[in-house]
Amino acid sequence: MDFKLSKTHLLQQEMFRRFAENEIKPLAEEMDETEVYSLELLAKMHKYGLMGIPFSKEYGGVGGDYLAYALCMEEVSKMDASSGITISVHTSLACSCIDSFGTEEQKQKYLRPLVDGSKTGCYGLTEPNAGSDAAGQQTKAVLDGDSYIINGTKIFTTNSGFADIFVMFAMTDKSLGTKGISAFIVEKEMPGLKVGQNIKRMGIRAASNCEVSYENVRVPVENRLGKEGDGFKIAMKALDAGRIGIAAQAVGIAQGALNEAIKYVKERKQFGKRISSFQNTQFKIAELQTNIDAARLMTWRAASMKDNKENFGPAAAMAKLFASKMANDVCRDCVQLMGGYGYCREYPIERALRDAKITEIYEGTSEVMKMVISGSMKIF
Amino acid sequence: MKIVVCIKQVPDTNEVKLDPKTNTLIREGVPSIINHDDKSGIEAALNLKEQVGGTVTVVCMGPPQADVALREALAMGCDEAYLLSAREFGGSDTYATATIIATALQKIGYDLVITGRQAIDGDTAQVGPQIAESLGIPQISYAEEITVEGKDTLVVRRQYEDRYHIIEVKLPCLLTALAELADPRYMHAGGIIDAYAKDITVLGFDDLKDSLNPEHIGLKGSPTNVFKSFTKQAKGAGTILTDVSPDEAVTEIIKKLEEKYII
Amino acid sequence: MSKDIYVVAEQRDGIVAKVAIELIGEATKLAADLGQKVYAVLLGDENIKDRAQDLIEAGADGVVYVADKMLAEYVTEPYTKAMTQIIKECDPEIVLFGATAIGRDFAPRVAQRIYTGLTADCTKLDIDVWKANDEDPGQKLLFMTRPAFGGNIMATILCKTRRPQMATVRPGVMKRIEKVPGKKGEVKEIKVQFTAADMNVKIREIIKEEHKKVDITESKVLISGGRGIGSPEAYGMLRELADVLGGEISSSRANVDAGWIEKDRQVGQTGKTVRPQLYMACGISGAIQHVAGMEGSECVVAINKNDTAAIFDVSDLGIVGDVKVIIPKLTAALKKYKVDNA
Repeated sequence: MDFKLSKTHLLQQEMFRRFAENEIKPLAEEMDETEVYSLELLAKMHKYGLMGIPFSKEYGGVGGDYLAYALCMEEVSKMDASSGITISVHTSLACSCIDSFGTEEQKQKYLRPLVDGSKTGCYGLTEPNAGSDAAGQQTKAVLDGDSYIINGTKIFTTNSGFADIFVMFAMTDKSLGTKGISAFIVEKEMPGLKVGQNIKRMGIRAASNCEVSYENVRVPVENRLGKEGDGFKIAMKALDAGRIGIAAQAVGIAQGALNEAIKYVKERKQFGKRISSFQNTQFKIAELQTNIDAARLMTWRAASMKDNKENFGPAAAMAKLFASKMANDVCRDCVQLMGGYGYCREYPIERALRDAKITEIYEGTSEVMKMVISGSMKIF
Repeated sequence: MKIVVCIKQVPDTNEVKLDPKTNTLIREGVPSIINHDDKSGIEAALNLKEQVGGTVTVVCMGPPQADVALREALAMGCDEAYLLSAREFGGSDTYATATIIATALQKIGYDLVITGRQAIDGDTAQVGPQIAESLGIPQISYAEEITVEGKDTLVVRRQYEDRYHIIEVKLPCLLTALAELADPRYMHAGGIIDAYAKDITVLGFDDLKDSLNPEHIGLKGSPTNVFKSFTKQAKGAGTILTDVSPDEAVTEIIKKLEEKYII
Repeated sequence: MSKDIYVVAEQRDGIVAKVAIELIGEATKLAADLGQKVYAVLLGDENIKDRAQDLIEAGADGVVYVADKMLAEYVTEPYTKAMTQIIKECDPEIVLFGATAIGRDFAPRVAQRIYTGLTADCTKLDIDVWKANDEDPGQKLLFMTRPAFGGNIMATILCKTRRPQMATVRPGVMKRIEKVPGKKGEVKEIKVQFTAADMNVKIREIIKEEHKKVDITESKVLISGGRGIGSPEAYGMLRELADVLGGEISSSRANVDAGWIEKDRQVGQTGKTVRPQLYMACGISGAIQHVAGMEGSECVVAINKNDTAAIFDVSDLGIVGDVKVIIPKLTAALKKYKVDNA
């Protein structure tokens, strides 16, 4: 068992780190304050392949693996969690649905521009009345000749403010329950698709996250992903993979916060000494780094399992469950280490704490993670 | 156009710190990077290739660890890479280094050679011009801007402290790049995968010995040698003067400015 | 036997560069150690020999020159050809160039052509005896010291066997000597046979320009003001000092927030990170957010009324005193210094 990263992964990690430091870090604070994601930055992320990592070159993707994607998510999220989720929703949710279930035509038409740097995707599953209970979909898709007519509302659709392609889910046959949900590829230009205002949030404020309403949106049958009734399976498969991204995001948020706190304690003097010379501070930092490392390794393991085509679902759920709680704890402790200044918006640490919370909620709450994990353990 | 870019892998000297206890440089954990000026050279070469077509070859003289610098250049978009590495090359000063690199370039072939102006570790800015002399081709250093005219003519903006020249030069020639010449692109995430799939040609002493005078390479063949190196005073709290008159303070400040070559 | 020190007197538009005068001054000391002479080298158009007398008065024992319209403006090949011939005919022990945009293009080309050692950007030159081993009677060599590793270390370089020993020397470091008006010296012309092929590039245009405007992260000298300067008008006094030193003014956050100065001059956590050669912290307490933005500076001089100010922890020289009194005095003293040393 080799825990070392390959040369290719190391160089990719180095690139992600430099990009994040030079391109993302200078914008992070302003994007958070204004709650507007920089489209120029988005274009750069597309240009250098950050938005198409685990997809085949055959379709214009980077040809990388999920471990590389996890490395990207961590490096980016160290600087800005909003950039992390922008990449993650596009990659693990939108693109992977089409990659796993699309026909050749659908992949050429939709996956290609999403992974070659041209277009941005989003994923519409959650509704005002259907969160963890994803099966409670109220959005309807009714077959009408050679197309479906879709009506309903999705909420918390990340990237929807600027996405070109909407992978979304709707009920085609309510009587079949979860097996009555289907998946669709909707284009921004299709009449009836309305993206609402950015929803005001506690954290990841720069990310675009809106309510999207579908009013008699006519979608050709060719745009249905998989067969009728495959929707729930498609959605859940995407979320399985997404968890690896979120775990990596949480690791990044935590490591970024700790790095800032370490810089601070090495310079800050109280009682005549640098506070890094107090054993209490040293011990606390040791604990925090240990927990971050543990979460990182769990994330890498889940990514490697996916790359080896093993059943990675429970491992990914464990990684996200652990990493998201860890990130919240670590960020809170980092604010404490920095005292009053940790609470000031002048330093990026309070933003890290605000950003960390969502990792316990989206792409499957921690409670849902526990459902997945206990379900896989066959104890009941 | 066959463009060859010469690069050097250097420690990131911005990150180098002095150990105040031993007064020596802490080299551990200092990342190795492609020298900044050289990276601009790579970017300029890639831009020229995009404009007029051709290939970009990257060449690096260094120890085996320099492999990663070449992979980075490939991941930025260079087409092929050469590592010049041999025990016999070690200890070379700028004359010997330029001699070795020029010999390799003659073997590799070129229309245009681009080097960085100066490396941030040696800080000599000599190797570029010395390679040009070894090859017998014109050099234009401190290149701020390059345009191509026709098939074989370059128009270069050459920087001086108080002026600049617009110079017309025919290929083959050598340019030394300033960091201002071009803003280097990042590696592409997929380009990195391609970079590691390629082979880097290693040229050692045996590969070049037909055209290389062994008396002019390595430590023994170098006209200059380092006699000694030493660190400057470690920085910490320096002198604090509490009971001085303003005039005395001014005298002390001027002394300090002289000491540091600021005046 | 190689003999004498030759100093390349770089010129632009017929005006000899200051660094040449500095190097002649330095060369006289080295030549005294060697018991040899100093010659200045002039390369320029047909009028260039008019500058010879200035060089002799600056300390040279003689001048050799090449006057040709090929040399009116610096171009690598004609200059290299001329210098190579001078070296072949005169066989110098040492040749010094200014480490300028000309010198650092010119000297390496010459060194490679004649196969000799060249040391770049020297800040110290000495003549000393070098011995290969204990039995070796030793030989007097030029010990050339210069910064390396981004300025983090100093290295002393020797050119033991090849001649001439060559160096480019950093401008502004060596000291000129007292001018001797009316001093006499030999002025010799060296004739070089140039051909059209020597002008192997074509200068299409020469554009002279003033010093470009810099932003504070590019300035070599920063005079920075904090709360302690007292008022926005005080930046005028800092500006005067910055002008004398060829630098820029900058600020801590407090004054930017108070509207005394623009935000793009703010140094610190939420401002810019700077690493100038000189950072003068005037009336700045040295709060951690500020220090984070300037602690990489090569030389920090701090002036503050409060002897416990944290800024003194990171200064090379700290003065406990009144900025408003010291700065104007410093500016006046530096203006005088410049005149005295011009």
